[in-house]
Amino acid sequence: MDINKHNTHILHRFEYYTPVTVTEAVKLLEELGSEATILAGGTDLIVKMKDGSERPRHVINIKQIPSLRGVNETPEGLWIGSLTKISELEKSKVIKEKLSVLYEAVRVIGSVQVRNLATVGGNICNASPAADSAIAFLALDAVAEITGPNGERKVLFGEFFTGPGRTVLKEGELLTGVTVPREVYNWKGHWARVARASMDIATISLAATAKMDSDVVNEIRLAWGTVAPTPMRTKDVEDYLCGKKLEQNIIEEAAILAASSIKPRDSGRSSGPYKRKVAKGFIREALTKFAEA
Amino acid sequence: MKITINVNGQHRRFDVEPHILLLNLIRDEMNLTGTKYGCGIGECGACTVLLDGEAVLACMMLAVDADGHRVDTVEGLSDGNKLHPIQQAYLDEGAVQCGFCTPGFIMSTKALLDKSPNPNEAEIREYLNGNICRCTGYVNIIKAVQSAAAKMKG
Repeated sequence: MDINKHNTHILHRFEYYTPVTVTEAVKLLEELGSEATILAGGTDLIVKMKDGSERPRHVINIKQIPSLRGVNETPEGLWIGSLTKISELEKSKVIKEKLSVLYEAVRVIGSVQVRNLATVGGNICNASPAADSAIAFLALDAVAEITGPNGERKVLFGEFFTGPGRTVLKEGELLTGVTVPREVYNWKGHWARVARASMDIATISLAATAKMDSDVVNEIRLAWGTVAPTPMRTKDVEDYLCGKKLEQNIIEEAAILAASSIKPRDSGRSSGPYKRKVAKGFIREALTKFAEA
Repeated sequence: MKITINVNGQHRRFDVEPHILLLNLIRDEMNLTGTKYGCGIGECGACTVLLDGEAVLACMMLAVDADGHRVDTVEGLSDGNKLHPIQQAYLDEGAVQCGFCTPGFIMSTKALLDKSPNPNEAEIREYLNGNICRCTGYVNIIKAVQSAAAKMKG
């Protein structure tokens, strides 16, 4: 970020739309094509518009669409509307009690002021490899719900991100919500994150969830932030751990495997070798916690 | 676009273009210059105002998005010449040096104390981590929040 290089407090003029239904929003997105941008919480988009890195001709403000907001229990699990504010997730009782990884992840996004503006959908769709909520959703095997010109479709979080800033969303499509499947409620969870100061974007983060049978791993998911171009799972480590009793040598083996499976860049917020060392520590911490009753 | 905002308890109508930021409406149209333009990228908290009681950044919001909502700025806190206990506490504890960050800090403090009237130091530090002060070193700010909390409880 070039602080104040091009930054101004005056935004360029744009055509402005405020659809009140998803159908209306999708129609606008389809009609206006690549010159249109969705405005939700604005904490990413407005910064980009200020520094000139984005100059959309059309801004579609989706804040007036009530059906995109809320945290509701459904037969499948927990549905979270894409327009739900990060601070609303912090306040959800179900998330705090049953999905601790998600709770811990959303509590460290930005500041109080940012969390009161920023939305879950924005955190996900900007597709930063560091997006805290996205990493938690990946560890919870959540499903992204998308509506487009051809109707609705569902995409597993593991397939949602295609590159830095890129997702499977096609032109005209809108992320309407995320469902966390009921199966993962009350799984053990561990959230770890390294950042230089409290408000910083993560240098490296891990969201781990596991279904344990006393100290034997029944199922485990390890989702990482900022170790690859997108949030990523280390499936080889997960496969290695499945069915294993979490003894010291197994934990150590998993830590070594994780350090070699992640794909950090050598430069960036910190170096690749550093991240691999931290990854080992994260795995030791998570698995030691899971091994405890 | 015609919008109505409850500003510090008063309903006011404005005709704004969609690209105008809430901060600019507050400073340039309402002439309430207590709210500051700091970093412009959501890091410093100098533009903090309350939107329906929640602390938000006025420089990251379109003015049209405040339509139909209540916005509280630092100017709305005092009762005539009588300062709000939070403002008085910032003065008494020497929590103000250059003063540029102070309105933002005071509004964040208001949001915190409205929700949690008796916060401990860790809670205060965590809640205020979106506000940056380059002068005081935060020690006196923490003291001011604690002293305001004590006074407001009566």
